[in-house]
This record gives sequence, structure tokens and C-alpha cells, in this order.
Amino acid sequence: MLRTPFFCKPVNLMAIDTLERTAKQIVLTVQEYSLFAYRAFTNLFTEPRYWPEFLVQSDIVGFGSASIVLLSGFFTGGVLALQSAATLSQFGATAVTGQFVSITMIRELGPVLTGIMVAGRNASSMASELGSMVVTEQIDAMRALGVDPMRKLVTPRIFACISMLFFLTIVADAFGLLGGGAVTVFLNHQDGTQYFSKAWECLRYPDIIQGLVKPLFSGYIIASVGCFYGMRTTGGTQGVGRSTIQAVVNASVLIILVDFLLTRTLLALFPPL
Amino acid sequence: MNVPFASTQPASLSSTDRAPVVAFHNVSIAFDGPPVLDDISFSVAPAETRILLGPAGVGKSVLLKLANGLLRPDEGSILLFGEEISHMPEQKLFPLRTRVGMVFQEGALFDSLTVRDNVAYQLIQERVPDDEIDRRVKKALRFVELEETFSLFPSSLSGGMRRRVAIARAFIRKPELLLYDSPTGGLDPVTSTTIIELVMKERDVYRTPSLLVTHRLQDAFTLCTHRFDAEQGRMVPLPQGETDPNTTFLMLEEGRLIFDGSLHDLLHSESPFVREFLE
Repeated sequence: MLRTPFFCKPVNLMAIDTLERTAKQIVLTVQEYSLFAYRAFTNLFTEPRYWPEFLVQSDIVGFGSASIVLLSGFFTGGVLALQSAATLSQFGATAVTGQFVSITMIRELGPVLTGIMVAGRNASSMASELGSMVVTEQIDAMRALGVDPMRKLVTPRIFACISMLFFLTIVADAFGLLGGGAVTVFLNHQDGTQYFSKAWECLRYPDIIQGLVKPLFSGYIIASVGCFYGMRTTGGTQGVGRSTIQAVVNASVLIILVDFLLTRTLLALFPPL
Repeated sequence: MNVPFASTQPASLSSTDRAPVVAFHNVSIAFDGPPVLDDISFSVAPAETRILLGPAGVGKSVLLKLANGLLRPDEGSILLFGEEISHMPEQKLFPLRTRVGMVFQEGALFDSLTVRDNVAYQLIQERVPDDEIDRRVKKALRFVELEETFSLFPSSLSGGMRRRVAIARAFIRKPELLLYDSPTGGLDPVTSTTIIELVMKERDVYRTPSLLVTHRLQDAFTLCTHRFDAEQGRMVPLPQGETDPNTTFLMLEEGRLIFDGSLHDLLHSESPFVREFLE
């Protein structure tokens, strides 16, 4: 009878143990995140509400991110115009550059790029700010003073992020179209009026809905993931760094994953003509 | 018999008045390993100051957080103001915690707020008018002798000043229980004495029950052998051989409560660990 060599069994067991531990950890994290995100969301519908915190966070997320969103939108639109004009010229269809830039920006790139840019800036800042508060016992102090940190810190951030991402996406879309227009007129030497009229004509309400539903989900993901990793920080300043990285990475991946699922659902709901 | 540090007679209180403010019954807690606290039972009576001694890392801060419901025990029950809090939902704990003042190890001041807003944190949440807040904050800062820091940020304060602001924050709503987590830890002797004097002032002027965590024997003995003289505005030693009757000791060793008694009992304990700790 063949027997497993003595040195293999412990290695196999160790591998199984590691897999089991990792799987349990992932399930536990998902469960904790779900409960956290649910509680943070439902807090808005009961007292007390902290409107001043909502306004402060709206300023930080909205106004603070406007410049990076504006620039990334403008140059993405420009790149789209450059790339599409080069390809479309092979079919003699450079006239539809505006249509291409408009549909791509409004349906897809505007919401996703804005989400990722804001995640890089704000999910990280939320995780590091709350993480620092955890390791310096400020969160415990807040609880000891009879104030719920979920209501005071997390819920205002989530709703500020959702509402501001909606408007930032509109800004990104608008500047993307402007960037495409600038490239079309000044680099591709095409007619600007034709570009903007094509960009406008091709748009339908389902395109707008698709582009404006996505940031609502992205905003929720950015703030809830950022706050979740911040609030479960352990291990001092090193732990704060770890939470910040996890928040940005997971928020970015989740934004793209949810974008895929939403696109699939919205295309089924509003099939293209 | 010549007994050093014999307690003076405690103030007479009826049995209902002596109902404990905090009571631990067979409390245990662990964090991914052996128990941090194992089968802990003790209580804090009204107007009583209990000093929790023990080396670093023995679970003193954990015990303090359990007393305020910031952590939940794995086993046993904790009564705070007569209410069982070990399984109480967080939302129901918040109003209960507003009756407790807690001073954290490093102060735990909110670094984005001024001293005024830190001290007035609870009052601001309760939407107390600004004039009233200013008046009460100034009074609390006067108590800790830091009136001049009113509009400063915590980052511009020294370690000792931060600790005193944290004490002012804990005192401002006249709590029914005070929890001090190593209020003198890491401070120089002069600043430590100032902090201990404040703790004593609160004990002797307002008779607030408290649970104080420390690993500094000197602070513990000072609290036991001195009283705050309101007329002189400073602490004065009790007559030779007397101790404060309402100040008693608890000692932890590897998560277990190995001592519960007066200073006299502590000094005469046969426990090798207590003897080693005292030496």
C-alpha cells in the first residue's frame, strides 16, 4: 500500500489550514462590511442627524475633488477624440467623433474615472482619518461621551460622497466633451459645430440615466469602504497605512465590478436602438 | 496594636445609598488567545475611589473599557448604575455613558477641535446655548487651571496639559462615575502630582465615585494618604497613620484579581506578587 510521505502531510495540512483561514477571513470581512454599510445607510432615516458634518464632508469631497475630476475628464475626452479620429478616418467617418466621445464619456468613462479618482483621493483620506482616530482612542472617547461614531462620522461621509459624486460626474462629462472638442478643433482641424451637434444629437435619456445612476453606487462604495477600513484599523500608525491601501484598492476594484454589473442590468432595461 | 495606615471611619450611609455604581460579576474576556481578564468580580460603591494596580499589559485598560460598555465581556455580567450592560445594545448604552466621565490614557482629545470644543463636546451635542457653553467650559478649565488654553488646539499643548483638558472634559457634566485610565502615565513627577491633586479635588469636593487605573504606586499612596483642602486650595496630608476610608485598592495579575482591600491590607498582604509589586 502506498503511503503519503511523512514530510508531505503537514505541508498539505498547512496549506488547507491557510486556505480555510483565508476563506473564513474573507467571509467574515464581507459579513462585517455588509452590516456596517447597512447600518450607516439606515442611520440617515432616524435621529440624530449631523447636517453640519454632511456639509463639511460635501465641501471636502465635492469642491476638493473638483480640480482632479475636471482635469482627468478634460484629458480623457481629448484622448478619446485623438484615438477615435485616427481609427474613424480609416472609414472616412471622422464626422462622428463627437458621437463617439459623447456616448463613451457619459455612459462609461465619466462615471468610472470620476469614481476611481475620487476613491484615490477620498477613500484613502477617510480610511486614514478614521484610522488615526481609532488608534489614538478618539473613537472610543466619542463613544464614551455618548456620541455614536457611525452617525457622526460615517453616515455624513456616505451621503456627502453619494451626492457629490453625482455632480462631479456631470462635471467630468462636460469637461470630457470640451476636451474632445478642443482636440477635434485644434489638433484634428475639424469642424467644432459638427462635433458638438453630433455629440448632442446622439444622446438619449437611457444614456443619461446610465451615466448618472453609476455615481450613486460609486459614491456609496467609496465612502463605505473608506470608513469601514478606517474604523477597523488596528496596529498603530502602520495599521493606518495598511487600512488606507486596503480602502483604495478595494474601493477601486468594487467600483469597476459594480460598474460591470450595472452596465449589464441597465443595458437589459434600456436596450440600444 | 500599632497599625500603620489605619482607615478613618467611613461616612455612614444607608444600605440603599451604598448600592454599587459599578459591579463586575465573574467577568472574563479574551482576544484571540488566552483570557485577558479571567473571572473578575468587584464593585465600586457611591463616593468610593478604587485604585486598580498592576503591571503594564495586565488588562487594566480593558477592565475600564468594560466598565463603560466600550468592550463586551465573553462571560459574566457588569452592572452600571444598576443596569446590566454586558448585552445591552450600543444605542441604549449611549445615554448611560453620558453619566460617566472617562479620562483616556493619552487624553484622546479630538485634534481637529479647539480645547473649548473638546471640553464642551457633550454640551454641543445637546445643543446647549453658546453663552452657557462658554461659561461652563471656562469653569471646567479653571478647575484644571488651564483657562488660558480656551481657544488653542490640542497639538499646541504639552502631554500634561492635554491630560488636564481631558479631565476637564470628563468633569464638565458632573458625572456620576469617573474612570481614569493611567492619568499620570508617562508624565514627569511634578505634572503627575498636579493630576493626582485634581483627581483628589474631584473625590473630596464632589464625592464622585471613581475607578482609577495606574501602575505608579506613589500616585496611589498619595491619593490614599492625602485629602484636598478646599480652603487652602491644595492637597494636604492626612494625620500620621490615617488613610482616606473611601479609597481602596484592587490588583491584577495575569488577568486575575488577586487583591481587593484597603491600603492597610495591601501593605500587609502575604501574596508574593503583591509583595514584589510593592518592593
